[in-house]
Amino acid sequence: MNLDAIRERFGGAIGEVTVFRGETSLTVDRDSIASLCKALRDEEALAFDFLSDLCGVDRHPASPRFLVVYHLFSTRHGHRLRVKVPLGGEDPVIDSVVPVWETADWHERECFDLFGIRFRNHPDLRRILMPEDFEGHPLRKDFPLEGTAKP
Amino acid sequence: MSAETLSLNLGPQHPSTHGVLRVVLELDGETVVSARPDIGFLHRGIEKLAENRTYHQIIVLTDRLDYLAAHSNNLAYVMAVEKLMAIDVPRRAQYVRAALAELQRIASHLFWLGTHAHDLGAMTPLFYALREREALMDIFESLAGSRLTPSFLRIGGLAADIDDGFVEAVRSFTDTFQARVDEYETLLTENPIWKYRTKGVGVLDASDCIRLGISGPMLRGAGQALDLRKAQPYCCYDEFHFEIPVGTQGDVYDRYLVRIREMRESARIARQAVEGLPEGGWTVPGSPAVFPAKGDLKQDITAVIRHFGLVMEGFKPPVGEVYHAIESPRGELGFYIVSDGESRPLRLKVRPPSFVNLQGLVKMVRGRLLADVVAVIGAVDIVLAEVDR
Repeated sequence: MNLDAIRERFGGAIGEVTVFRGETSLTVDRDSIASLCKALRDEEALAFDFLSDLCGVDRHPASPRFLVVYHLFSTRHGHRLRVKVPLGGEDPVIDSVVPVWETADWHERECFDLFGIRFRNHPDLRRILMPEDFEGHPLRKDFPLEGTAKP
Repeated sequence: MSAETLSLNLGPQHPSTHGVLRVVLELDGETVVSARPDIGFLHRGIEKLAENRTYHQIIVLTDRLDYLAAHSNNLAYVMAVEKLMAIDVPRRAQYVRAALAELQRIASHLFWLGTHAHDLGAMTPLFYALREREALMDIFESLAGSRLTPSFLRIGGLAADIDDGFVEAVRSFTDTFQARVDEYETLLTENPIWKYRTKGVGVLDASDCIRLGISGPMLRGAGQALDLRKAQPYCCYDEFHFEIPVGTQGDVYDRYLVRIREMRESARIARQAVEGLPEGGWTVPGSPAVFPAKGDLKQDITAVIRHFGLVMEGFKPPVGEVYHAIESPRGELGFYIVSDGESRPLRLKVRPPSFVNLQGLVKMVRGRLLADVVAVIGAVDIVLAEVDR
């Protein structure tokens, strides 16, 4: 898997590229995520046509607080890639990738539901696992594990 | 013709939704105008719980995800942790894991077959399918002590070595199983009512599936031969001979055929695994993540201390993140673990195939009859415990 073409095209938007246990991770600026994902899907040599998973990570109290993590798979080449986007705790908003992979719809709703990360241009951004009138976002680190009081 | 449509709640308490799935259907007569799945009724916060458990304690949580294929969940999870810890699992343990994973796939497919056929009005297959599943549950019980939630895997290998009884039981099961599958096929494959209810229903082609992230028998039923056991072999799957069954139409009938053939292939793999079972260890005694042998606890104080430490504190993996996916009976089952170097994961994310595959429901039932919704839900083969986590 050769990421040079992508790195050249997106230049400064792509931060560090790390390899751990044979898995490649790419850290990307939030503003380029939609166009980068489209390029990763459409570039012949990469062809990441399958979004395996999309999820949030809360690193509270570290900063930037949130990560949105994309796990990509290419059904044609059989390779995988992880894309990570850091988001600040104050304003966790990022572009939706539903136009690139339809499957992102429910994943992004789940991420919104459990972390409170908002996805711009999502067709139907509402809670999915928790009840609609639920307050708070349970997978945030400052949300208690047990108890009945509202956080 | 009236311009009004009728809203109908299918579930959450409905026998054909296989658990607590609620689908809000907009109906024009008997035709589905739109469907809105409503999930989350079985959400138990397993990912949140996992952040507050040591790596060993999480194994039993994974059983409670896809409880029809608990062993597959154990496998995907422990393999992700082993990747994080860079542990090489002995070949004997890998063969046993593969054999169990395939028996579990058969058990899961049998339950699917029985309930799916029952949903569509065929009562008999349920009794036949559960008869064989019972034999498999007995094998799990004799090995692990429990039927539905075996938790037989440990980080680094198995909970215990297998005994001769296991090999014999797998032999005797696989000896007769192909003939049993013939029996199921006699009941359904050429049955005109079955074909009428399933052919051309719930069609999704391969490119639709890939866009929607759908994997497993649904994707293969649409003609795409993608199976992680071949694409990214784990547990020595590259040493076994087996085929990947594929369909052509991507309808409910092809998903049925794919799963039926998969059961036959799984029986072949399980047989190869027990026949070729390598000698040797079944765990990695030296690893900091592995419990000392039970026998040592009576004689060796350092073993007692280590055991105590693992129970109370757990072990600390390096800082890093891994994603490991296996081919579960329902598709790509992945675990994403983020470690900050502490004894509990910073984040554990399950990639549940049922959750992703269920998303295809909206597209599959639009414009179809209400009765087809039941056929389509059955053919997705969801487990709500995994959808909702």
